[in-house]
Amino acid sequence: MFQVRIHGRGGQGVVSGAELLSVAAFLEGRYAQAFPSFGSERMGAPVMAFCRIDVREIRLREPVMEPDALIIQDPTLLHQVDLFTGLPREGFILLNSTRSFAELGLAGFVGGFRPERLCTLPATEIALKHVGRPVPNVPLLAAFAAITGQIRQESVVKAIREKFPSAIAERNVAAAAEAYALASKGLETANA
Amino acid sequence: MLKQTEGSHAVAEAIALCRPQVICAYPITPQTHIVEGVGEMVKDGTLANCEFINVESEFAAMSVAIGASAAGARAYTATSSQGLLFMAEAVYNAAGLGLPIVMTIGNRAIGAPINIWNDHSDSMSMRDAGWIQLFAETNQEALDLHIQAFRLAEELSCPVMVCMDGFILTHAYDRVDIPAQADVDAYLPPFQPRQILDTADPVTIGALVGPEAFTEVRYLGHHKQLRALSLIPKLATEFAAKFGRNSGGLLRTYRTEGAETIVVALGSVNGTVQEVVDDLRNEGAAIGSVSICSFRPFPISALREALQSAKRVVVLEKCLAVGLGGIVSDGVRKSLSGIQLKGYTVIAGLGGRAITRVSLRQLFEDAIADELEQVTFLDLNAEVVSHELEREAQARRTGPTAEAILRRMGTVASQIG
Amino acid sequence: MPNELQEVKFYQTGTFTVGNRLLEENERAVQANMRRTNSLNSGHRACQGCGEALGARYAIDAAMRATDNKIVAVNATGCLEVFSTPYPESSWQIPWIHSLFGNAAAVASGVAAALRVTGRTSTRVVAQGGDGGTTDIGFGCLSGMFERNDDVLYICYDNEAYMNTGVQRSSATPPTARTATTMAVGKEPGNVFGTGKNVPLIAMAHFIPYVATASVANLRDLEFKVTKAMSIHGARYVHIHVPCPLGWGSAPADTIKLARLAVETGLFPLFEAEHGEITGSTKIRRKVPVEDYLRLQKRFAHLFGAKPDEARLARVQANADRNIAKFGLMD
Repeated sequence: MFQVRIHGRGGQGVVSGAELLSVAAFLEGRYAQAFPSFGSERMGAPVMAFCRIDVREIRLREPVMEPDALIIQDPTLLHQVDLFTGLPREGFILLNSTRSFAELGLAGFVGGFRPERLCTLPATEIALKHVGRPVPNVPLLAAFAAITGQIRQESVVKAIREKFPSAIAERNVAAAAEAYALASKGLETANA
Repeated sequence: MLKQTEGSHAVAEAIALCRPQVICAYPITPQTHIVEGVGEMVKDGTLANCEFINVESEFAAMSVAIGASAAGARAYTATSSQGLLFMAEAVYNAAGLGLPIVMTIGNRAIGAPINIWNDHSDSMSMRDAGWIQLFAETNQEALDLHIQAFRLAEELSCPVMVCMDGFILTHAYDRVDIPAQADVDAYLPPFQPRQILDTADPVTIGALVGPEAFTEVRYLGHHKQLRALSLIPKLATEFAAKFGRNSGGLLRTYRTEGAETIVVALGSVNGTVQEVVDDLRNEGAAIGSVSICSFRPFPISALREALQSAKRVVVLEKCLAVGLGGIVSDGVRKSLSGIQLKGYTVIAGLGGRAITRVSLRQLFEDAIADELEQVTFLDLNAEVVSHELEREAQARRTGPTAEAILRRMGTVASQIG
Repeated sequence: MPNELQEVKFYQTGTFTVGNRLLEENERAVQANMRRTNSLNSGHRACQGCGEALGARYAIDAAMRATDNKIVAVNATGCLEVFSTPYPESSWQIPWIHSLFGNAAAVASGVAAALRVTGRTSTRVVAQGGDGGTTDIGFGCLSGMFERNDDVLYICYDNEAYMNTGVQRSSATPPTARTATTMAVGKEPGNVFGTGKNVPLIAMAHFIPYVATASVANLRDLEFKVTKAMSIHGARYVHIHVPCPLGWGSAPADTIKLARLAVETGLFPLFEAEHGEITGSTKIRRKVPVEDYLRLQKRFAHLFGAKPDEARLARVQANADRNIAKFGLMD
């Protein structure tokens, strides 16, 4: 089983991101469970969503306490919520930011992680560029596909096309493509 | 057809497949997505021959369902928590009148303090109203149970509530198999009412019943639930034959053969329980679990059979009989009448507190070692509790309790586990 | 004898009654018809002189005639429900359901939906309740039914208190009236001024197709209004004033007289409204001072006696005069 925890703020598509991820895994014939950590409807409040992926039926119904991958959609949460709790050293971290981990003051922290499993991505900027809305979930999903290999990019694309009406879907597909390419490049650099 | 979709939406699709005729809706978290889903289907024509009525309160919702059902239409509504309490008078009325209404409960805690997260206190508050209460373990079972519920309700002329954990199931995206319309039609025939408001054959429904006959009417309601004890497994077996999977029934056992310790629970927590049972079994512990699906009627004989050879039973409940302890435990105790074994009640998950694998593992290990209290509140923050009690002992005007505790613990829902 | 037919003129004095045989078939009283449906059959246990039993019989039979005998009735808990279904009997000859005290309007909405969806579109729904079940506990459901414009005629039988439970005050209880919860003691004996609600006006505020007030003093008018209501689809409300000898402390033989006095003082205006606008009102022929009405009821006895409560009587009179002005009850 692969467990993902997504952190962000209300309005950033944290919950839909988890749902899209689960759909992508489903499209590949696996079981997936996606659910939010809930509060009342409110834009801007810290929000968490979870996704579990497995080849067999998923029975576990607790929040993801020990994520294999962490997706951080809003870097302003870094010093407000204990985002990294439960993340092991072999975990993946995807962070939405134009700055690197070092520039964000996290060099020390990420030093113990595997470099090819770390990724910062200007996901909001990519989303704004292609879709016109500052919702970073789709680019982050594509980057997730790139660096974890848990899902294929085609599945991400298919999930996008299932969820959105065609004009918006294609814009999201374009955003996903750019993010995937960027994350893959970063992967090459890390592996070099 | 396999789909990856939100639990609420899966249930909405199941409801639509059952060809409901009157649906009334009043919003309350966390059931809202269900009625929104059905409402949309009615409005865009996907669900035909169905009236969707936006009512002004839950009391009105159940009342509209009562009127519709009495006039011969297949009626459905959904609610949670406060909403269920608000319609309480009508809930009892529906059962007393013998109307086969089906209602989804998106299980949520009852306030005060106001809380939107999951526990079973809402369904438990109506446990003696005369409704059949079925608890779903997964979203697949939730959607399947609704199909069985309409059939069950109409065969018995008794209302049925299908309970599914709010947020944990209602708002979770899961892989589900949505049945085909033809298969549902074959399982669930059109509604044939036992009583109907019909100008061609007028009847008086809802007359006063005096001391001379009230007991008999009540007894017949009791008898219906006893009949349900055989009808529920029968319908589940038929469902399995037609749809190819086990859903519903009175209860399900998991690795109870040779188990010395058996955990009993309702709803989605059973998934996590089974994971921990597997972990402990792998280490040689003789432990198993029972998931109760039919809480009303309570499966006394079936449970007795499942538990009788164990040394100890741990009843894990998401509800509380304030001042007393467990609610489900009472039923379990009844089923073990005359059998000597150790019983532990664990109150867990109240107001949506996560029941974690780690906590359950520790809990079960303590149970196996018989180092558990009679009643345990899982993951209770004893420090916060004793601090508050101390505060209250020292002064009179200590302010609202909830406020004080929240201040001490930090913001609402900021912790992960 | 002249060849052409002469118009026959009838000179009536003292009353405005016209014998049924002089009217067109469809204008004749339903109750005068030997083939009337008797939907609320005799044998019920209402008190002698019960205004509600009288009103209900006229109203439901009128609704039956107007719909070719296709009515489903939904009844709130209350006097009508209790005296018409004395266990183990029922005096209803039509499909009838009683659910709870406060939900008649919602249950009726459900019945209407079921009839529509099962194709029984010519069967109509009438909901009925007393003032308690309508203006107080049933108010939320009533407003919901109005707001949705559900195809239901709601009839309120207003005897101005919770009679079945022992005469307690409701929001329809008039000022100064003695009830079990507004006793005639203290500085402000009886029900206080400045409280209460006018449900017909509230119904009008929902802009529903038809609202009318009626009285057992004018049973033909009552039948007329119910018949008219049944010719309309959507939410409709008829509010009928029904004296209660037991609760009002009046003589059973005075029921119709009291209902007439209530109309002629102006305390109970008779009017019709459509979509929020008053379309007509019944003029008062001879205005009567409120005292003539109040004096006949023991629930107002504390206003009279050796030292009549002139101040309160004047306020009641002022209320009556205000109604006369507002509803244009006198020329």
